[in-house]
Amino acid sequence: MSPEVAHAEAHHPALAHHFDSLEQQSEATTLGMWVFLVTEVLFFGGLFATYMIYRNWYPDAFAAASHELDVTLGTVNTVVLITSSLTMALAVHAAQLGQRKLLMTFLILTMILGAVFLGIKSVEYYHKFVEHHIPGPGFQFEKEYVRHAQLFFSLYFVMTGLHALHMIIGIGIMLVMLWWSWNGTITEEYSSPIEISGLYWHFVDIVWIFLFPLLYLIGRHAH
Amino acid sequence: MSSHILPKRVYYTIFAILLFCTYLTVQIAFLDLGVLNTVAALAIATFKATIVVLFFMHVKYSTRLTWAVVLGSVFWLGILLALTLSDYLTRVWRTYG
Repeated sequence: MSPEVAHAEAHHPALAHHFDSLEQQSEATTLGMWVFLVTEVLFFGGLFATYMIYRNWYPDAFAAASHELDVTLGTVNTVVLITSSLTMALAVHAAQLGQRKLLMTFLILTMILGAVFLGIKSVEYYHKFVEHHIPGPGFQFEKEYVRHAQLFFSLYFVMTGLHALHMIIGIGIMLVMLWWSWNGTITEEYSSPIEISGLYWHFVDIVWIFLFPLLYLIGRHAH
Repeated sequence: MSSHILPKRVYYTIFAILLFCTYLTVQIAFLDLGVLNTVAALAIATFKATIVVLFFMHVKYSTRLTWAVVLGSVFWLGILLALTLSDYLTRVWRTYG
């Protein structure tokens, strides 16, 4: 028996040399993903801090500007994203049980729901464009709030835009996961790529869970 | 591979709670509660985020080291927001001095 063959039989092909076992490797990947997510929390945290300060300074302008957002579309999108988190969780579940077809189905469903979210988001962006609510020289708003409403809409576009970028990246990750599920890289023993992709997807969902009330729901009662 | 495979009904239950919380937060937003509107919205959002982290992201069943990292993110976010506020909220104090 050649050394290569002996080596290949010694451990699972997905096990990297510096780990003792797949179990240990999986724990390390989970931890690594969480460390990355901490940087993401603080990345979005800076934007949330900016939002907090300006809303504190100009509460009336923020409430008036927030009122211009479509709460129905925002709510529908929240439901779409929560549903995509469910399909993602079920994809991880299927991966852990080695149910390849079910895993691929749930990955595709997750991607479709992500695309629906982005579609609805682009409809909203289009409405804002038509209504002249894009910050800049063409911005139109009630005269007393025109300056500070631009701050709200700047934050709205930056925060939802960066969130949407994360969704696009997420769909890209799901495509790779779909490929790996299809070609047999993902098995019952080696499901951690699906698990950590799931962590990323759920994180993006959590960002939206905070964006939705802060952008769409403030001052809803006052107008 | 993974040591903790949750039964599917856990995911369905969390999903149902998340949907109910979304309904609740939208309904509350249309009532005039003053400052409590923001408090309620953030409380519901934090609750939703917590159950997503614990169950969808399996942190409830993860190692202590993962727990430490997750709590660390909340802690550092807290520092970011609290120290920023400690500046901006106290600037008006100068007018009394």
